[in-house]
Amino acid sequence: MSELLIKNGRVIDPANGIDKQCDILIVDGDIAEVGKIKKTAETVIDAAGKLVVPGLIDIHVHFREPGDEEEETIASGSAAAVAGGFTSVVCMPNTKPPIENETDVEYVHRKARQARGTHVYTMGAITKGLEGVELAEMGFMAEAGAVGFTDDGNGVQDPSVMLRALKYAAMFNVVVAQHCQANSFAGAGVMNSGYYSTILGLPGADPLAEEAMLWRDIQLVKKIRTGRIRYHAQHISTAGSVELIRAAKKDSLPVSCEVTPHHLLLTEENCAEYDTNYKVNPPLRTSRDIEALKEAIAEGLVDALVSDHAPHLQSEKELEFLTAPFGIASMECSLALFVKALIEPGVLDWPRLIELMTVKPARIIGVDKGTLSKGRQGDVTIIDPNAEYLIDVNKFRSKSKNCPYHGWAVKGRVEKTIVGGEIRYSAGN
Amino acid sequence: MESLKRKDEQFQWKHKHLLGLRDLSAEEITYILDTAKGFEEISTRSVKKAPPLRGKVVCNLFFEDSTRTRNSFTLAASRLSADVIEFTKTASSVSKGETLLDTARNLEAMGIDIVVIRHNAGGAAKFLSRNINACVVNAGDGFCEHPTQGLLDVYTIRKIKKTLEGLKIAIVGDIAHSRVARSCMWAMTKLGAEVTFVGPPTLMPAQVDKLPVSVSYSLDEVIEKVDVVNMLRIQFERLGGNPFPSVREYSHYFGLTVERMKRAKPDIMVMHPGPINRGLEMESEVADGSNSVILEQVKNGLAVRMAALFLVNQAAAVQE
Amino acid sequence: MKVILNSRQIEQILAELTSRIISEISPQFDVAVIGIRSRGEILAQRLSSLLSQGLGREIPCGTLDITLYRDDLNSPRSKAQPRVRTTEIGFDIDEKIVILVDDVLYTGRSTRAALDSLRDLGRPKAIKLAVLVDRAGRELPIQADYAGYKTDVEPGELVQVFLFESDGKEEVVIG
Repeated sequence: MSELLIKNGRVIDPANGIDKQCDILIVDGDIAEVGKIKKTAETVIDAAGKLVVPGLIDIHVHFREPGDEEEETIASGSAAAVAGGFTSVVCMPNTKPPIENETDVEYVHRKARQARGTHVYTMGAITKGLEGVELAEMGFMAEAGAVGFTDDGNGVQDPSVMLRALKYAAMFNVVVAQHCQANSFAGAGVMNSGYYSTILGLPGADPLAEEAMLWRDIQLVKKIRTGRIRYHAQHISTAGSVELIRAAKKDSLPVSCEVTPHHLLLTEENCAEYDTNYKVNPPLRTSRDIEALKEAIAEGLVDALVSDHAPHLQSEKELEFLTAPFGIASMECSLALFVKALIEPGVLDWPRLIELMTVKPARIIGVDKGTLSKGRQGDVTIIDPNAEYLIDVNKFRSKSKNCPYHGWAVKGRVEKTIVGGEIRYSAGN
Repeated sequence: MESLKRKDEQFQWKHKHLLGLRDLSAEEITYILDTAKGFEEISTRSVKKAPPLRGKVVCNLFFEDSTRTRNSFTLAASRLSADVIEFTKTASSVSKGETLLDTARNLEAMGIDIVVIRHNAGGAAKFLSRNINACVVNAGDGFCEHPTQGLLDVYTIRKIKKTLEGLKIAIVGDIAHSRVARSCMWAMTKLGAEVTFVGPPTLMPAQVDKLPVSVSYSLDEVIEKVDVVNMLRIQFERLGGNPFPSVREYSHYFGLTVERMKRAKPDIMVMHPGPINRGLEMESEVADGSNSVILEQVKNGLAVRMAALFLVNQAAAVQE
Repeated sequence: MKVILNSRQIEQILAELTSRIISEISPQFDVAVIGIRSRGEILAQRLSSLLSQGLGREIPCGTLDITLYRDDLNSPRSKAQPRVRTTEIGFDIDEKIVILVDDVLYTGRSTRAALDSLRDLGRPKAIKLAVLVDRAGRELPIQADYAGYKTDVEPGELVQVFLFESDGKEEVVIG
């Protein structure tokens, strides 16, 4: 019998309404007790002054396996995830080849088990080849354990295909997630369309590209209205999208959404020196959009905070802004970034932040995680909320270091990440 | 050099790159124009050469086709006694998929002194300047800037109108995709002119209202009021989708016709960066008419490019 | 600062140079005067009008900017950035006797640059150098054909020429 006792921490378990100083006992990998625990155990962690929370969950990451293993593998991604405090992640299916049948889903699971890092779930493609034409084998993928469907990287352009996808996926009670991007509005855009794209001489993507598709999808959800349909808007970035989500939720539609740290901290102005570390899709918007997203988060309209971890090689990013690939790899520092964006300016307190990184994302993907309930798997993250340090990309365990946060002064560090009762990450190691 | 001490020689040109006009001050722009004046005379001699770039190598790195601008730079460089090598898209490893960064490193290894770059990506010239020791002169990057074109346009205007202060200038055409429009806007407004962008709404850039210009969708409304009209080339190869239904309709509303010229000021200057789509941007009679300074622009282009190469080279020499 | 020439003396020197030139140059040749910017051009204009009076015919005058021919252009040690000005010579220099005019002859480098520049403009019959002040300190084997005032100043000392048209006063000072 293996025992792990975490003592004296501030335990925050939003699912169970707990926010108090107490202890947690994990026995044989499962949570045995939460409360004031008098006895001792085989392994004891003193979490005085720290936060003890359910293992964090990031429902939007890109591990580039199969296909682009030089950028990231499931193993390296898994190591990076636990360093970031994540005990569960959800991979996007836009690998090469894409994850579009049950064998692909099982492949990801197998690689993840071998890595022995974080729990790795995967979404499956909505359409074959992510081409937006024919539906992929959602049924088999769901049975194999896919926790959602998305063509992320692309949006499903044809409305009738999306309608079919929503109806079909409703059979399996699995969420359909959309990377909202109407290509005819986005065009060749490599950044937000506006003053900066004009003077930098780069093609811009109008916010309408995101909003038009989100609006369309919400109409489709409204039309179908079956109990089992679930729609999730990935990485929303504009004030207009916030408006649409607000109205959809007011209408009690089964719509959820997520936000990344870069859309809360950076704007299009950051692209002014053509630094490709700021090239991301959806693009960085304006401070007005940041304000709207923060308000939405405070209001409880946003359901998950995600990293959209998108690793790329240095050589790939060392291209002109026009041709460099989109993406920021920030899983290992996303907690600290969310602290900077939301806790420091007082938009959220710790319990609400943790909620958006644990139980709420878990519900979107329909897994029984994100809580410290008795009997659940012992996935726990210990955070030092007061640790101040500078982000150092060279310490990232990810194979890729492409992010604009190097050198940023942040507060809030993951001390330990415990997966199924095993300490799989310890700060300073 | 004993006899050359004067108070106005305190201004120093410090830039070893010419990437754009947005970041230059009015004083710096004027300095380039004044320097260009000194180079005009070289083209009129029998020995059309001067030695300042003797022993220097200038590389024309053109990722986009452009015989006109490339020849202008080649001629400018050789008038200054530089050696010129040409690196055009089809003729080099660029077409084999070599990245811009690798190309830069190769040029550096070859000991090139000045690179003149034209590229379809906005910011390419800036990118190159950060990754190479040589001087970089931007000959057009995406729809960001084309500084030597902007400079030769204001040089031409200054030559004829003596000053740009208070002048009303219209720039007509596909503003959204035009680097010439942007460079001209920066130079002209910094030198005190009032600029109006004219074209259909479908060819105006995003948030044009935040730029230091006025906007008009009617050439007829503007033509009577301006001192200078700069007609941009409609670049069919750059247009995505179709922002206007037909060439016929475009030239009807935005072409500079003889009819429109009748309503313009008698001393209006007609400009065009070339090459002209005769009958589309302007009628032949206007292009060849007495108000047209198009050939003058070409001539001045040479002097301005000589000045640009001379100045960046000087700044680099002093910084060593 | 010591004044070595005042305005009257400068005027006198120019008159002397004029008569020497007139006496030495055979009337069958065309003469032209070219001044090296910046003060050389002013002196050239004065000289050409004096020569025109003396010879009873119009002697053309031009201005030469030697910036592009300087030998220190690409030298990192040069602190000042010389401005490129215009060369304005509105006549053919082939087969003419060109009187090259400068204010001070010191190292000889300005003259060398001027000679290189003239070579790209044509082929004069002869080039004669006329200077207001000839001071010691040659770095090249160059000499004036017509020197107004010779002086042996120390190499570090400055000889400055001020003329009405450019400086509002007329004198030559040392120091």
